[in-house]
Amino acid sequence: MLDACGVASAEELFAHLPEAARLNRPLALDPGISEYEIVDYFKKRAAHNANGYTSFLGAGVYHHYRPVLVDAVVSRGEFLTSYTPYQAEIAQGTLTTIFEFQTMMCQLTGMDVANASMYDGSTALPEAAMMAVRATGKGRVLVARNVHPEYREVLRTYARHQGMPVVEFGYVAETGAVDLEDLERHIDPLTAAVIVQSPNFFGVIDQVKAAAEVAHKHGALLIMVFTEAVSLGILEPPADADIVAGELQSFAISPCYGGPFAGVIATKEKFMRQLPGRLVGQTVDSRGNRAFCLTLSTREQHIRREKATSNICTNQALIALMATVFMTVYGKQGLRELALQNLAKANYLADKSQRRFTAPCFNEFVARVEGQSPDELNKALLKTRIIGGLPLAKHYPELSDCVLLCSTEMTPRESMDLVATALASKKPVEVQA
Amino acid sequence: MYPDNFRYTKEHEWVMVAGDSATIGITHHAQEELGDIVYVDLPKVGAQLAQGKSLGSVESVKAVSDVYSPLSGEVIEINGALADKPESLNQDPHGAAWLVKVKLSNPGEIESLMTASDYAAYVGAEK
Repeated sequence: MLDACGVASAEELFAHLPEAARLNRPLALDPGISEYEIVDYFKKRAAHNANGYTSFLGAGVYHHYRPVLVDAVVSRGEFLTSYTPYQAEIAQGTLTTIFEFQTMMCQLTGMDVANASMYDGSTALPEAAMMAVRATGKGRVLVARNVHPEYREVLRTYARHQGMPVVEFGYVAETGAVDLEDLERHIDPLTAAVIVQSPNFFGVIDQVKAAAEVAHKHGALLIMVFTEAVSLGILEPPADADIVAGELQSFAISPCYGGPFAGVIATKEKFMRQLPGRLVGQTVDSRGNRAFCLTLSTREQHIRREKATSNICTNQALIALMATVFMTVYGKQGLRELALQNLAKANYLADKSQRRFTAPCFNEFVARVEGQSPDELNKALLKTRIIGGLPLAKHYPELSDCVLLCSTEMTPRESMDLVATALASKKPVEVQA
Repeated sequence: MYPDNFRYTKEHEWVMVAGDSATIGITHHAQEELGDIVYVDLPKVGAQLAQGKSLGSVESVKAVSDVYSPLSGEVIEINGALADKPESLNQDPHGAAWLVKVKLSNPGEIESLMTASDYAAYVGAEK
């Protein structure tokens, strides 16, 4: 093969690559081993993954069951290899699924129109903020400190070169919900949007309606963020919000080391032309049959580059399709039952723990760890094949004695009991498996 | 076809000056070229317009086009009826479907615009 390439060695073949990008040692594999030996090696390595562990991590990525139908549908070539369905004549299948996605997102959020997905929840948020800036003609956004810390970081990254000041307001130390008085103190006539999350980063079902009232009183829009889409199965649709931006990972999208995920933005009809991303509309073909096509494309950068609402173009269609299949499999009643199960599981554990906040939560809650550090607790739990909750010190120094615990329909009761026992021990212990 | 008391731009806007204010719209030719108009994006009252700069846009089923301000001034009124009835731009572009009214900051600019007969010839030549 090297002869055919006209080079003397593998070293020479890669000589054009920068030194820093090259692996300057042989692969850690025995020389000359066969393909099946390599496959076998990687199977053994894969067995080192944390299979058979129970995880109490949530914080934006949730462990939910993925119906087998999801992969059966998304692995079909018609979906897997398709590109943006510009040509409606040959893309009715893709367009139909996207239209169904938009319809179900509207039903879940109480909004009039939803776009056909964003990269993820964290990037949907700044896009929603920029929508509010365009719609109001104002430049400043207020974001609650109990919105996901990494979402706020992405918001600041986008804002830096947008000339969009981002100001944070607090949460009530007792309840974990947004501090409406602090919001009142920070809001001014130049505020384009108030951003709150529900359930918020602490798992608390937040005061969207009350925050919307404050925002509207000052001529600002209310953006509601969600990271746990399953909560929409039981919570009242956030109809008081002007824009809803969220993450759909919970709907059959694997955690996959953090992506790819799919986000969404939904809004009221009057802000429709400010939406970024693809939109599919229903129409009729030349024979009068129901048909679908991309619509309102003049918002997009392939039509008017410099005046586009966003530079997002090729979206997360395949990943969003996972969410579409998930929503179809569960249906309205199924999603409600799933949400109730999550609620019941989390509350089972919360009742056995020292809850840090008093406001109602969904499937996550903040627990106080006493007599040991959250890291010590997690270290002990790991020995019983349990991945503990997220220690909050990194993002919230004032909550350095707390962990964010998440329970879903996948969390066995025995594991929750082990966590409760470890929490109650109030000292570093060797938990017996 | 093109009223004598209007002045016209090469980008197919018209303007009718009355005292120190003016009404701005798009021409019959513009709406005909655009086809069925489905959305009109107008500036806010109080916005400052500069001659030759975009004041908003008109979207039809086949294109979206910027509307350029024929004259400089401050927007004092917008035609809110266009939000619900954008199609009136196809029906009465020189009348009911005006876009904005402005208080002129430099009335002398009017001299740079075409008269009705100039515009009719310009449109004829463009065709």
